[in-house]
Parts: sequence; structure tokens; C-alpha cells
Amino acid sequence: MNKIVLSILVAAALAACSSDPKKEAAAPVTESKVATDSSSSSSKMPEAKPLTAPMEDASPFPVKGQGGALGERSIYYAFDSYVVSDQGKPIAAAHAGFLASHAKAKVILQGNCDERGSREYNLALGSRRAESVKSLMSASGASVNQIEVVSFGKEKPMMDGHDEASWQKNRRVDIVYQGE
Amino acid sequence: MIRSVFLFFYLVLFVTIPVQAELSLEITTEGLKQIPLAMLPFASERDLTTAISPIIIADLQRTGLFRQVDVSGVNPLPSEASQLKLADWRAKQATAVLIGSTSIEHDGKIKIRYVLVDATTEQEKLTEVISVAPNQLRGAAHRIADAVYEKLTGEKGVFSTKIAYVVKDGPNFQLRVADADAYNERTILSSKEPIISPKWSPDGTRMAYVTFELKRPLVVVQNLSTGARKVVANFRGNNSAPAWSPDGKRLAVTLSRDGIAQIYTIDAEGQEQPRRLMTTRAIDTEGVFTPDGKSILFTSDRGGSPQIYKIPVEGGNAQRLTFTGNYNVSPRLSPDGKKLVFIQQNGAAFRVMLQDLDTNQLQNMSDNALDESPSFSPNGRMILYASKVNGKGVLALVSADGRVRQKFSTQAGDVYEPAWGPLQ
Repeated sequence: MNKIVLSILVAAALAACSSDPKKEAAAPVTESKVATDSSSSSSKMPEAKPLTAPMEDASPFPVKGQGGALGERSIYYAFDSYVVSDQGKPIAAAHAGFLASHAKAKVILQGNCDERGSREYNLALGSRRAESVKSLMSASGASVNQIEVVSFGKEKPMMDGHDEASWQKNRRVDIVYQGE
Repeated sequence: MIRSVFLFFYLVLFVTIPVQAELSLEITTEGLKQIPLAMLPFASERDLTTAISPIIIADLQRTGLFRQVDVSGVNPLPSEASQLKLADWRAKQATAVLIGSTSIEHDGKIKIRYVLVDATTEQEKLTEVISVAPNQLRGAAHRIADAVYEKLTGEKGVFSTKIAYVVKDGPNFQLRVADADAYNERTILSSKEPIISPKWSPDGTRMAYVTFELKRPLVVVQNLSTGARKVVANFRGNNSAPAWSPDGKRLAVTLSRDGIAQIYTIDAEGQEQPRRLMTTRAIDTEGVFTPDGKSILFTSDRGGSPQIYKIPVEGGNAQRLTFTGNYNVSPRLSPDGKKLVFIQQNGAAFRVMLQDLDTNQLQNMSDNALDESPSFSPNGRMILYASKVNGKGVLALVSADGRVRQKFSTQAGDVYEPAWGPLQ
């Protein structure tokens, strides 16, 4: 059986020390993998895949800020759009070329949005933005196995302002190389 | 003629009630006819660690529906209806008088007796005796306020309920729970990573939410009395937007494990494989069960812009519910299922809108610029949402008739993602 249980540390020990358990904040989520068989009554879930995968040997990445489009790491978007702009296309293509020629290189595409509107819709929109870059990279020769996608929605803004200048910079996909 | 003059006379009343050091509250009532009440101090309550009547009075005044008449100078304080000079209270326009008394029992418990008297008919509308431990006096006061509110308005009070919300202070995120009057605030989760979408289980014992603790969004269910947590959705990509089924057994969640955000249902223990609600090439998210559990409302951009749709819980054809505007998101239904509240973009503003699902009539519920995450109080009377004032995250309340408005803010940091707990 390849089913793996992801179990979470229970804060019962903490709670037991308090007359009012609600006063105690929950323990941080920690992962532990426990192999199970089908007869186990414990919960079954697909294996957790930590985002911060172990660093691979000499995982290559291009130098930031050098080599034109390959030195760029961010692709920007219009409001409520996931269409890769003319600004973004050469950047996606350049990194796809790098991935195609460096089989050990891996990237995480991180989708982000500006502060306006629904948090959950923005989380989905950020995911779609990152997927749009993944599609372009895949069409330009990168293997989908080299590309991980995640969205932060509007939860991790790079700029804290409440104007279009800040919003424009927050509507973006960042290309982050593993081990970079 | 006098009536029509009053129709055009808008009274804007600002009442600032210091709730506690952290949260400040501002109430605005517009053009509202308030019910005058005489709520007297309870006899002997000065002997208690926590006086009862000020909590009851604050609860009822916060609704914006009641006005306290001048009750100063009453001596001795009456504890029986027979001791009341009701003609005096009628002269002060009071429609009802609330009196009470407290005593400390030999076992240390506090006995509270209260009477609500109709000032016109002189009938006792409500008489009750309750006995509580000294550390449960606030809860007892909220229960009395609930009973008085229900007797006077015919609808359930929500003073004994709790609210949850996220506070972001610098790099720290906290999920907190407080009484509906913002007292008894406690942190149930602290993290350096974002927390969004807290949702109370229908019985109020568990909280589902989205945590980024492992650097990407996962759905967790936390037992509120033990603090024990369980990851119920941890698939490739994003796991988010939990919503409880009315029986508390299942959750609707949004997963992007197949590339694009789609809605699935899972069991609340996270044991079974997720069931995909439908397959589209568009963003589908923010699923929420209808009160009868038979349908799910959600946000989708399948028509080219985000709009709100409804689909049977076993799948099938989706029905579009919103037609005006190019950005309608975050649907929530009133407890009777008849009204839809959501966020609509109007020019540069994102505002709370209320839609009558029988007539499809729309009402703008806010004049803010950046509203989000609206939901109904469990009695359907209030809409709770997050907004921004001068760039700072605050919580806001508006009555479902649009006439009473309140705002909550913290001194430090932003407060957002409010969720109102169920009736106790």
C-alpha cells in the first residue's frame, strides 16, 4: 500500500495544563509520515509533499539580474487577469530554455495578487497565473516535472501600499529556483 | 405631515463604547425608530465581581434597536414588579422595564432573578431565575439579554455567540475567538504564515481554516476545546475555501491538484478521497452549502468574469445568480436561505451587496472601498464583513435592513476574515 497518513501533533499536552483549553494556541503543524495498511482505522491521505523539497546536488540556476530575460524573475499581470503579458512571455521562454538544457534544475512558480477583492478568489487566481506560466514553459521545452506551482493569493504582498503602483507590483508570478 | 417630516429627518448617532483595550466599537444608526426601555441596575449586583445589568444594557444598545431612558436616581432598586411605579416609567416613554436582583448562595453560586414588565399593560412578560458560578456572570448576562431581545423582537438574540477573526500584526498572524461583544478574546492559533477562511462547524465545536504554515495553503480542522488539529486537505497545489455541510459531516473545499482551482467535497475527517463537484476549465471556488444542504453556491469565472452560481450538491447544471457587474464574489446565504450577500466591484470600490433571491433586487450595504468576506449573524439580522479604514483592516457590521452600522478595530495591526459562530 502506498497510502500514507499525515498526522498532526496534538496539543492535548498543552491543553491539559490549562483550566481553559481555549486559552492555549494550537501547536504548530508538523508533519510525520506513518505508513499504514488498509485495515488501519486511522485517517488516510495522499503523501504530503513538502514545498521546501530537499536540495538536490548542484541544482543549477541562472544568475539573477544578468543575461536579459533569464535574469528576470517576475512576470506581471493586469487586474483579474491570468494572461501572460508581452512583458512576461520572453521571461517564461528564457527560463523554459534554461530548464530544457538543465534537467536537474527545478522551479517553483509563485502566483500573487493585489489586495482587492476576495481572498479565496485571489488564491485561485494566483494559482491560475502560475499555471499560465507553467503552460508556456512546458510549450517552450521545459518538463512539467521541473515545475511546481503554488499560490499565495493576496496574502503575501511585496508592496504594502494601497494604490495602483503597489498593486501592479503585487500582481505577479515569481520564478523561484530550487536551491537558489 | 409630522410623519413625513420624520421620514426626511435622518438622525446619525455615534456611540463609542469602550469594549476592551484591544477592540474599539463605533455604532451608527440612521433614521431608526428605537424602542425606549428602562433597564434598571439589579438590586445587590454591586456585591458581585461583575455587575450584570451593564452587560445586558450594552448588548441591547449595540443592536441599535433600543434606547435606554433615564434611570438615574431610583432608590431603593426594585426587585419585584409590584415595587414599580409604572406610571412614572410610562411618563418617560419606556415601553418596558427590566429589573432584577442577585444573591450569593451558600455554595458560592450566584442566583440571578430578573423580570421584564410591559409598561403599558403592566404584565410581566418574562420572569426567570438562573444560578451560575461567579466566573460565568458575563455568560449569564448575555443569556438574559438574549431572552429579553427575543421577547421584545420575536427573533433569536446572538449575544451568547462567538466570533472568530484573523489578526495580522507585523509578521505575526493569529486566529482569535471572542464573545460577540469582543470580550474574552483568546488566540487559538499563532503563525508566521498567513491564515484565512476560518469557518465554524455547525455545532461550534470545531474550526476549519486555511493555513500556510507549510508554505502553501492546506485545510485544517481544529477541535476548539482540545486544540487538537487535523489536516483534512493536503493535495498538490492549493487546498482552500473550506465550508461545512449543515450536518457538520462534510466540507466543501477548493483544490488545484489537477491544475485549476475546482470544488470538491470531503468528509470532515479527511479520510475519503475527495469527490469533485464538477469539471470546468474555469476557476471554481468559495463553495458554501445552502442551509438545506442540497446545493452549493460558489464563485466561478466560467463566463469570463467572476460571478456567483448554484449547483446541486450531487453535481449537475450550475445556475447563475448574479448578473450585474463584472466582479461578484464571496457568496453567503442568510439562515433562511432567502437572501444572498456577496462582494461586488463597482468602479474602484469593492462593496457588500445584498440580493433578495425571490425578486433579485440588489441593495448596496456599505460605502467603503475595500470590503471582503461577508456573512450573516446566526439570526440573520446582521451582516459581518471585513473592510479597510485608512489602509487598516477592520471588522464591520451592518444590519440586514442597512440601518445600523458598527465597526470593530484593533489598536495594533489588521483584523480580517471574520466568522460568526452558531447560536449556543
